[in-house]
Amino acid sequence: MAIQPTHNSRRILLPVRQWFILFSLAAAFFLNLVPLGNLVGVPDWVALALAFWSVREPLRVGMGTAFVAGLLMDVASGSVIGQHPLAYLLLAFAAGGLSRRILWFPLGQQALHILPLLLATQVVMVVARLVGGAEFPGWGYFLGSFTGALLWFPLTFVLLLPQYQPVEKDENRPI
Amino acid sequence: MSVVGHQPPPFFKRGPAPLARLAFFVVLALALLVLDLKYRYLEQIRHGVAIVLFPLQRAAYTPVDLYEQLGGYFSSLTGLQQENVQLKRKELESANWLLRQQHLELENQRLRALLDMKARQPVSGTIAEILYKARDPFSRRVVVDKGSQHDVAPGQAVVDEAGVLGQVTRVYPLQSEVTLVTDKNQAVPVKIIRNGLRAVLFGAGAGQLELRFLAANADVQAGDRLVTSGLDGVYLPGLPVAKVLRVDRDTAYSFAHIVCEPAAGVEKHGQVLILGSREALPPQVEEVEARDKPARSRKARRKE
Repeated sequence: MAIQPTHNSRRILLPVRQWFILFSLAAAFFLNLVPLGNLVGVPDWVALALAFWSVREPLRVGMGTAFVAGLLMDVASGSVIGQHPLAYLLLAFAAGGLSRRILWFPLGQQALHILPLLLATQVVMVVARLVGGAEFPGWGYFLGSFTGALLWFPLTFVLLLPQYQPVEKDENRPI
Repeated sequence: MSVVGHQPPPFFKRGPAPLARLAFFVVLALALLVLDLKYRYLEQIRHGVAIVLFPLQRAAYTPVDLYEQLGGYFSSLTGLQQENVQLKRKELESANWLLRQQHLELENQRLRALLDMKARQPVSGTIAEILYKARDPFSRRVVVDKGSQHDVAPGQAVVDEAGVLGQVTRVYPLQSEVTLVTDKNQAVPVKIIRNGLRAVLFGAGAGQLELRFLAANADVQAGDRLVTSGLDGVYLPGLPVAKVLRVDRDTAYSFAHIVCEPAAGVEKHGQVLILGSREALPPQVEEVEARDKPARSRKARRKE
């Protein structure tokens, strides 16, 4: 009777709390604000958090959240207004659409699904800015997506912590 | 690509379909992009949101600031002593020039008075510190710690001890954004010290600059020093900007490809000086008026 795969991502979780989603997005935004200069390979934390919640909770976090987060990122990073919303929108749309598929896989393959999404987000931003006459930031810019995909493992663990149930089981209440 | 994979039953109210919502938001985002890139209508919104975000940005800057302070605290004594010796030598070297400059300036004033020319406007400056490089990887901008509260206005020139650094392009209450001369969209009118040839210097990315629109046979050599020509009314004339690195003269193109490197420590952090705004240039000769009243001017000439 091994029809259902039994890896960790399918274990029964407590329902997510709205304030925790908002808190994690705010934390990601704060991390994005830390000025690290020309350091290469720093992931876009907001994109990562958006992708995570769009995959996990597609009915709570979607394109509206992505749009607002993008606007805030635009102002905070001093880029052209509309650049981040556009990229985040497509990310949230794709992640939300693929969420049922992505959650079927174990974490490693989930990360492999997330990588092209993050890369596409960056490509959208590059195209939007190059059309506007900006300078190409160099290939190192795309390294952030790879770091982001690697961070999918710790991110899943940390962001799902409040939803895990205690391990010891009650005989009378199996779930 | 709906979430559930099939159409929901009609009695669940779920709003417009994902594709419709995506189309709406994408159109909105594209409209914002065009409005900001092409017409710059959104500066007010940007300023409003930036004021709200300012404390958060400062808070995010604290760990980096602490790290830098810690590094500075543990920097070795010998390093500081060496720097001290160097600075003293530099001061002695420049003292000669400074002492003579006072004398020259006085002499210049007298001569100008004799010539009945308008005295050059003395320009004040505000010392500011570069806080960090702006996050946007598509442009070259830095954030300095002086804003409209310190009378900084967009358009002011920013210099460091070696030359022109850039121009203030966006001002918030307590900090402002400086676009560096190496930014692709930043142009500086310059002239070559050696022969006075005027040109326009553009950013070329990768920390370099490019002299554009100079004929392939223009008199430019590697090692030439470029200073601001002052024709734009923004930069004071005579500020060092760059040095010519190499000149490629390809006969296939009508323009020479001239690569320069900035004189100022453009990609480094430190103290900078925001120069006060230059007084506006004298208005252009009003040709329109002359054209409108030709009879009167002729009459005036006849009187003479």
